[in-house]
Amino acid sequence: MKYEPVIGMEVHVELSTKSKVFCGCSTNFHAPANSNVCPVCLGMPGVLPVINKRAVEMSVMVGLALNCTISRWSKMDRKNYFYPDLAKNYQISQYDLPLCHDGFIDIKANGTSKRIGITRAHLEEDTARNTHTIGGGDSGVDFNRCGVTLLEIVTEPDIRGAEEAFAYLTELKQLLRYLDVSDCNMEEGSLRAEANISIRPTGTESFGTKTEVKNVASFSGIQKAIEFEIARQAKLIDEGGKVVQETRGWDADRGITFSQRAKESAHDYRYFPDPDLVPIVVDEAWEGRIRESLPELPQARRARFESGYGLSAYDAGVLTAEKEMADYYEAVVKQGCAPKQAANWLSVELQALLTEHKQELTASKVTADRLAAMLKLIEDGTISGKIAKEVLLDMFESGKEPKAIVEEKNLVQISDTSAIESAAREVIAANPGPVAEFRSGKEKTFGFLVGQLMKATKGKANPQMANEVLRKVLKETE
Amino acid sequence: MSNDWYKKTAHEIRDAVRAKKVTALEVTESHLARIEDVDGKVKAFTDVWADAARNQAKAVDARIKNGEDVGVLAGVPIGLKDVFCTKRGTTTCCSKILKGYRSPFDGTAVERLQNAGAVFLGKLNMDEFAMGSSTENSSVQITRNPWNLDCVPGGSSGGSAAAIAADECAITLGSDTGGSIRQPAACVGCVGIKPTYGRISRYGLVAFASSLDQIGPFTKDVEDTAIALNVMCGRDPKDSTSADLAVPDFTKSLKADVSGLRIGLPKEYYTDALNAEMREKIMDAVKVLERQGAKVVEVSLPHTDYAIAVYYIICTAEASANLARFDGVRYGYRAPGVGSTQELYTRTKTDGYGPEVRRRIMLGTYVLSSGYYDAYYLKAQKVRSLIRKDFTDAFEKCDVVLTPTSPTAAFKIGEKSANPLEMYLSDIYTISVNLAGIPGLSMPCGLVASGLPAGIQIMAKPFDEETILRVAYTYEQKRGFEMGTPTAVK
Amino acid sequence: MAKITKADVEYVAGLAQLTLDEATKEKLVGEMGDILAYMDKLNELNTDGIEPTMHVLEMSNVFREDEVQPSLDREAALANAPKTDGEYFLVPKILDTGDE
Ligand SMILES: [Mg+2]
Ligand SMILES: [Zn+2]
Repeated sequence: MKYEPVIGMEVHVELSTKSKVFCGCSTNFHAPANSNVCPVCLGMPGVLPVINKRAVEMSVMVGLALNCTISRWSKMDRKNYFYPDLAKNYQISQYDLPLCHDGFIDIKANGTSKRIGITRAHLEEDTARNTHTIGGGDSGVDFNRCGVTLLEIVTEPDIRGAEEAFAYLTELKQLLRYLDVSDCNMEEGSLRAEANISIRPTGTESFGTKTEVKNVASFSGIQKAIEFEIARQAKLIDEGGKVVQETRGWDADRGITFSQRAKESAHDYRYFPDPDLVPIVVDEAWEGRIRESLPELPQARRARFESGYGLSAYDAGVLTAEKEMADYYEAVVKQGCAPKQAANWLSVELQALLTEHKQELTASKVTADRLAAMLKLIEDGTISGKIAKEVLLDMFESGKEPKAIVEEKNLVQISDTSAIESAAREVIAANPGPVAEFRSGKEKTFGFLVGQLMKATKGKANPQMANEVLRKVLKETE
Repeated sequence: MSNDWYKKTAHEIRDAVRAKKVTALEVTESHLARIEDVDGKVKAFTDVWADAARNQAKAVDARIKNGEDVGVLAGVPIGLKDVFCTKRGTTTCCSKILKGYRSPFDGTAVERLQNAGAVFLGKLNMDEFAMGSSTENSSVQITRNPWNLDCVPGGSSGGSAAAIAADECAITLGSDTGGSIRQPAACVGCVGIKPTYGRISRYGLVAFASSLDQIGPFTKDVEDTAIALNVMCGRDPKDSTSADLAVPDFTKSLKADVSGLRIGLPKEYYTDALNAEMREKIMDAVKVLERQGAKVVEVSLPHTDYAIAVYYIICTAEASANLARFDGVRYGYRAPGVGSTQELYTRTKTDGYGPEVRRRIMLGTYVLSSGYYDAYYLKAQKVRSLIRKDFTDAFEKCDVVLTPTSPTAAFKIGEKSANPLEMYLSDIYTISVNLAGIPGLSMPCGLVASGLPAGIQIMAKPFDEETILRVAYTYEQKRGFEMGTPTAVK
Repeated sequence: MAKITKADVEYVAGLAQLTLDEATKEKLVGEMGDILAYMDKLNELNTDGIEPTMHVLEMSNVFREDEVQPSLDREAALANAPKTDGEYFLVPKILDTGDE
């Protein structure tokens, strides 16, 4: 039978508040185990939580960017379950009144645009980390992560395949990075995605039994896990079996999902409003201030790059994929450089160097100012595009100003007709054979002679002038 | 020099210490000696910090010698219910599950007392996790009523109440979730107040039921209550539910004048359930206030009958979550030889809690569980709104509501422990105050025939502790008798 | 409301992570049954349209600024731990996954 996958995603993203959501502990990821902890996040007796205002603001920012309605009135609830990574054995979360609800995000998959509904985005606290590598058969618990600000973003079951899931995650991550509310580092666990996957015969409306795939370390892993899970469920049903509602893990090495929860305990979380925390009221004025503080979002920026700078959709997409790249690009263009030339040098030439040296754009010695200065040297004819590649590499390695490099290496383009002319005469004198060939009608040999001329001028001759002057001298000496 | 400083009130001690008529150390020694004498009988203390108290007293004396400002509780010996987090000693809530637990911090109320010059004598007995009305549910010991050692001192702050009645401390600190300060104060004949919810920061108070818990002092007289409130009240950024309101100088309320004040007597409290002798004592007190110009009006709190049901749903539900953290992972008791996390939890919790705590966790878990939330928890929170409205309406007609604190005087040890529901029902007069979040004070109004104290409860609008103190002070000045030293510790 | 059964007691004990012996279970069936039956008196009241009281004080938006405060020293954090290796809190090997 042919099946249609029905997928909803839950993404937990750590918001980059400096301190935790209910206490003043640092959120620094790289601290030694159990050093960013205090009585509050350790759930010691007698402590009380106090909400980090920035955590609320960042949540609302994400909600607005996801076109959500922001709850005027919301509250924090206790979600009760027992687990060693949960200091209080309840998680402070939001149950029936999330901060943000009923939004959407537009994604592009299979070449078309598609709208994915956002059910809700709610504020909660992260859990501790368990390590299983401790000797003696024990597990160790590190509470540094416990209490870090977490936003849970839940979609409608609108996703229809692994590719769409991948596109959703990519789009969401881009948005979060633009908002500068999370580093979205999956390896460090600051973004964690789970997929609820079911299938149904194509053309039917009811939902099948879903499985929840968790603990996948990358977007591509999620895509593969979803593909695997869709195929597994289809095979199971085709063979007369039944999908069991369960949590499944992803074994990246073997490329399979596997049943994870040994015993499917009943989820009876006994949610109730946390009496230690008072309601959160986001009035119109506050929402307005947060909305005003939002940066331009990726889709808007992409469109502006196309219309404003005359870039192709492809170039605009590449340049806006990362906020840092887009900011860099605009800094270059702002200096008066031609938008298309800037796009090309940034997304092709500099990007190639960055990729080769595994370097971040923001860490590069080629600052936007320096790249702009170099582009201006090309535009005013001081250097050729070919020479510019050499200058770029030098800048990339040394961090010197392009002008200094050009002067130091004497790379200024020769645009003096008489100098090029005398070099042309020398080339003609030194290459009687090729000159004769050219004169007998072999136009191809002209390229060779130009090459010789460039060689003689150490590449500095203005290429256009070299062409013209060589033809002129060849004619004169015929 | 007198060696009976232990009999004195906090303000008498403070004044004498500041005037250098006595040293803080001498006062502390006097109390330590008193504890030595009587605590073997009363069993109020679970931990006496004799050396630390002496050092604290010496530090106060040194500051006085240097002419420094030593605060309004200079040299006043204070005992703390073991529900308060203290860096010194252990903080156990008298539960096996927290045996030996050392808090890394001092709670806000404790910190403020210390900054006011108090000297801490140690930790006081309580019902395990403040769950009880008799202090019989302590894993450590049973505290006795200083008026009759066969009787309970009330609870859950029984140790704090008994320590004041037996002159072991000048002030003690308690917590009140459903009457745990006022009922024991009534049982032992001292003053105890539960301030308005939000008046005193709960930071450092081990939570029982977070929406009901409040900290309050036990004192020998009303003036000391005012002083203690002055020290402890006020906004604390560590407690989101602490009220951001200016704190008045409560000692300014200590005027023996109630002329024109309207005293409301809720008809639902003066029913047949109220012991006749107790009613007589209350009415005597009312007459004293009437003679001072107060007017008596009948008021109605029509939902009183539902308060116990509401209370035991809300407090057990909140407690079931608050106590979940005691799991043997980060601190406290861990059952030996556990092989899995599941076993770690179940064996630790089952061994670590006493039967009353387990019962309440079970009840609280049940009323929150799937399918019962609306029927119990949500329903209770709605009825709680009705109970609050009862008080709002009543305070349209009167300035204070006056009731008995407890339907009977202190009962015998063991008398009610077999029937938890009966024990719960004895909280009838105190729990509405917690549900409504309003302030309530209990003070003695004489002895009943059996020689045990009777208590009168004064309630007022939220944040109107001032009127309560004025009424209490007037009654205390004009009642015409002294409670004296309890018979069993004379 | 129906009286509580032994199965209810067992279910709730499971949620609360308590292991009760048979005698305790039987006792709790009776005690909880009595108390819950008493609580059913709330059903006498019509509470349609009544807002639940979640907080007696009408406060909202009590926040802290996003500022880092000192944490505990690790030694202090682990000081009360029943089992630790000096870095981690130790528990018997965790097999399944938690939740978020
Ligand atoms: Mg979550
Ligand atoms: Zn912390």
